Parts: sequence; structure tokens; C-alpha cells
Amino acid sequence: MSDRLRTTLGPLELPNPVLTASGCGGTGRELAQFSDLARLGAFVTTSVMPQARAGRPTPRVAETPSGLLTATGLPSPGVETFLERDLPWLIEQGVRTIVSVAGNSVEEYGDIASRLRNVPGVAAIEVNVACPNVEDRGRMFGWHPTAAASVVRAVRAYARPGLPVFAKLAPDVTDIVTIALACVDAGADGLTLINAMEGMAIDTGTLRPALTGVSGGLSGPAIRPVAVRCVYQVHAALPSTPIIGVGGVASGLDALEFILAGASAVAVGTALFHDPAAGPRVLRELDEALGARRLGRLADAVGLAHKPAGYVPPQVRPQEPEKEPQ
Amino acid sequence: MSDTPVQTSATVLTVRQVQDYHAVTLVAPAIAERFRPGQFVAVAVGGEYSARLVRRCFGVHEVKSDYGGTVELVFADTEPGTGWLAGRRSRDQLDLLGPLGRPFRLPRDPVTCLLAAGGPGGAAVFALADTLLRRGCKVHFVLGGPSAKAVFGSRMAQRIGDSATITTEDGSMGEKGTVRDVLPRVLQETGADVVYGCGPTGLLRAVTQVAGDFGLPSQVSVEEFLQRTGACGIGVCMTCMLPVHGDDGVTRMVRACADGPVLRGDRVRWGDLGTIPFDALGAPRVLSVSEGGSQ
Repeated sequence: MSDRLRTTLGPLELPNPVLTASGCGGTGRELAQFSDLARLGAFVTTSVMPQARAGRPTPRVAETPSGLLTATGLPSPGVETFLERDLPWLIEQGVRTIVSVAGNSVEEYGDIASRLRNVPGVAAIEVNVACPNVEDRGRMFGWHPTAAASVVRAVRAYARPGLPVFAKLAPDVTDIVTIALACVDAGADGLTLINAMEGMAIDTGTLRPALTGVSGGLSGPAIRPVAVRCVYQVHAALPSTPIIGVGGVASGLDALEFILAGASAVAVGTALFHDPAAGPRVLRELDEALGARRLGRLADAVGLAHKPAGYVPPQVRPQEPEKEPQ
Repeated sequence: MSDTPVQTSATVLTVRQVQDYHAVTLVAPAIAERFRPGQFVAVAVGGEYSARLVRRCFGVHEVKSDYGGTVELVFADTEPGTGWLAGRRSRDQLDLLGPLGRPFRLPRDPVTCLLAAGGPGGAAVFALADTLLRRGCKVHFVLGGPSAKAVFGSRMAQRIGDSATITTEDGSMGEKGTVRDVLPRVLQETGADVVYGCGPTGLLRAVTQVAGDFGLPSQVSVEEFLQRTGACGIGVCMTCMLPVHGDDGVTRMVRACADGPVLRGDRVRWGDLGTIPFDALGAPRVLSVSEGGSQ
């Protein structure tokens, strides 16, 4: 894989910009049967919670046009099991690991961050703010700038100094830029945009909601335009904040769309349910797409959609002309 | 490693209607050579630019060595995804993952086995029967369904089995009734040592109960539950969860795809399917008074 795919997410440097999205890659072992995770930019874990959680009863998933509606209720083995069983395996495989963290209260977020403080092999923390806050009538942290900032601040305070912290935001808010700003002010090094959108399906056979959780998170290509819009808006407002674009990435061109909107990396999520080898495939297709468009480096393409038509990125490292064999 | 599943582009050999169901035979040597009875395959439906993201999981009815290795799947056309699959023609390509999940555990000695099956998922017992017969086991079939057309493989069962008992709810074939009705009698007559089950969840529950009454071990494939609830087939989506209690007595929510589909019948909490039992590991806790819960 060529060097042009190197990407910098604030303090986090990755050899390439394709990640797995939180909650879509299992423990890593399942996907590793079909593709080499170490080849990806990073593996983002399923959200780790302090206690083991069984999640919601079935049915947890409904298929919708170009998307999935899921309400799993954030099942988690708990931080103990994660640290004993899952993380060591990822490290052993040489997988760069970003640990997604979640909690039911600000305190729980801080707890998790402190548990990870002295754990080697964690590349970064991603704060999943799309969790119900039990101290606030179960409303999502991510719905309000103050609440979102409070959990980011808690993680930042307890995480190892210098460890990159990303905040993953939900799109169904009045103004995502306000929440993005609040999270960056609270100490987030970057943002992951977007989490699943809330949606609902009704089973016309049973005449009742299709999911036990009534509503669920809509993911997959169906939400890609929403995700691209969020990345574009946040990049316009905060051009120096690194963004991981997520939402319906299924091909290299989908990934390029996010990059052009302002993302420095992308995460493949629901596509992994359909194609467990989607990660390396998206990476290969993105590499080809950059080459076909004569974009020398990935960094040149980041946010290019914001520039006027005809703008040519300055060549920081002009490529040497290939020497003809004598 | 022949244990790891593969992702492969399989060529459709034939698609045919069998009674109420469809049978599709695929050329997939890498899957055929790795397959063990009880495992399943996950099929992507709708073609390359499909808007349907859920993989369809099907047990394997038969594996043959023709064309380097074929697998045959039997399914009912119940939704647009299976409709698309039933509409495939010979030489079409299908994206297939497999073989997935844990297989049936086979007896070490040539014992007498009772195989109970129903519905399209019941087709998977024939791959098992084949392996058991080759090991010198005696194989007795009990097949059931609502009507004659819904009972898959009755003739094959009569041909290869040491006995075959058919039940239909409307009495259009074999005995009128359900598998459950005849199971105790067949168990007594055959003196079976072990019971296997494939098919609808209700049937598996009955099989487990009757086997338990006779003090016999039962192994069942929860493939039908997996078809209804799963999305990926490989264990990442966490949607096909069912409560199972382990050796330590603790109930855990396990994945029908990656921890199953074959489970010990007596370990599945059949009555609690579709729920999170209050005593399951990680079940939602009722806040106690000291934790600030309602008083």
C-alpha cells in the first residue's frame, strides 16, 4: 500500500485512513477470519462499559432500504473481560486499537477512562456520547452541548495525558456544529461523525414495532448523505479539527466523498455485516481512486470539496519523474 | 487451516422447486471441503449494488464432490431476499460465507440416533444423517410439518434411514399430529441413545423436553431463530442473541450464529427466547434503594 495514504488525526498518526466503526467489528476475531485487521488504519472496538451488559431482547435488527435499523442496547462484556480477553488479542495481532467507551453517567465515562489509563497498546479513545444519561431522564448525552462536553471532559481528565480522545456524535440534533464545538472545547482532539440516526420500522405482519426497543439506530448507505453533510458543516466551522467520517461507507468512492467533505479518516461500519472483508477492499479502492484523480497524497484531498472549482492542491513533495531504464 | 470459514463467489448450478420450498445447488469447493454437518452458510442477496444488507443464513442440506464440491441449500420463499434467491438461474454468481458456526458433535461409537426435523431448516438433518450412517450409526427419522408438501425429504428419509416416521397436522401424510406426539413412542421403539433436532424453535423445544424425559442428550440447531433475528452470520452484529446457561449455572446471552447454531438442547432457556432473563449475565438491574432507585 502506497505511502500517500498516511493520515494524521491531530496527535494520532495512522498508515492509512480506513478504520472499522465501533460496534460493527465484534471483538476483531470474527473479522480476522476474512481479512487482515493489521492492514487497516485502526480497529475501533465496540463501546466498552464498566459492567457486563446483556443488551436488549430480540428482535434487535430490521432491514430497511439500503440500511439497517438496530437496537442492540449496547451489549458489552464489561471492561474487565475486555481488558483480559479482547484487547490483548488485538495487540498480539498488531492491530492499532481505538477503544470506544460509553457509560450511563458522567462518572462511568470517567471510570472507564481511568481503567484504560495504564493499559499499553491503546492508540486512542473514542467517546460514544450517544448513550442515555440515567441522571437526566435517559436523554442522550449527545443531544445537548453541555452534556456532551461533560462526558468528554470526564474522559479527558482521567485518560492518560497525550492519549488522543475523539468524540463520536449523533446526527439527529438541531445543530451539530454547536455540539462539535462544545466537545472540542472540552478537550476532544478530534471528532467521529456520525453515529447511527434514530429511526423506526413497524412490522406490517404483527402490526407492532419491528424492534423490541421500538426505535433503533439507522445505519448503512441510507444515512451517508446525512453523514457527509455533518462532516462538511463541521469541517467548515472547525477546519483544524480532525474528523473520522462514518456512515454508510461501502466502497472506496464513498470513502473519498467523506475525505473531500473534510474527514481525515473514514470508518466502515454496517458494510462489515454484509461483507466482512469490506475494510481492506475500501482501502484498495480508495488508493486507486486517489491515483486516478492525480491526488498525490490523501492529505491533499481532505476538505477539497470546500475549495473553489479548479483549485489545485500545492504539491508539498513534488513526485520525482520516473526514470527510464537505460 | 481448514477450520476457518471462507468468503467465496459461488456459481449456481441448479435452482428448483421442491414441494413448498426451493433448493439451490452451488459450486463452492472451498466451503464443501470444510463443511461439517450443522454448519451453515450466509448468502448476500440482491447482487453487487444490493440495498439489502442482511446476510441470509441457511443450513446445508447436502454436500457433494461433483464439480470440485457443491453445497445444496433448501429454503422457503418468505421475503424479498429469498424471492431474489429463488429467482437465480444456473451460472449466476452468489457471494457466500461459510461454513459458519459450530457443527453437531458426533458420537464416538456407532450408537442409535434419532433425528427430528421440520420445515425447510429440517433439510440440514440429511447432511448429518449421511455422516452418522458412514460412522455405522443407526439413524431413525421423525419428520413433521403442517401438511405433506411442507415435509421435506420424507422419501429420502425412508430410503436412507433405519426407520422414518412422518407426521402432518392435517393428516395428509403419515400420522396426523405433531413430532412431539410421536416422539416418546419412537424413542421407546428405537431405543435411541441420542437425539438431534433441526427446524422451527417450537419443534426444538419439544425435542429437548422429550429427550430430557428419557434422560437422553439432545443437540439442536437453532438455525430458524438465527434466520429470523440475525444480520451478519459471523458474530459481529450481536442481534441473534438467545439465553443459554453454562456449566457454571450462569445464564449468558449467546450468539446463535457464532456460539451456535448447534447447541445442547437442555442448555437453551426455551421459555425465555426473545427476552433477557432477569438472572442473565449483564441483565438490566433494578436499582436498589441504596443506589437511588424508587422506594
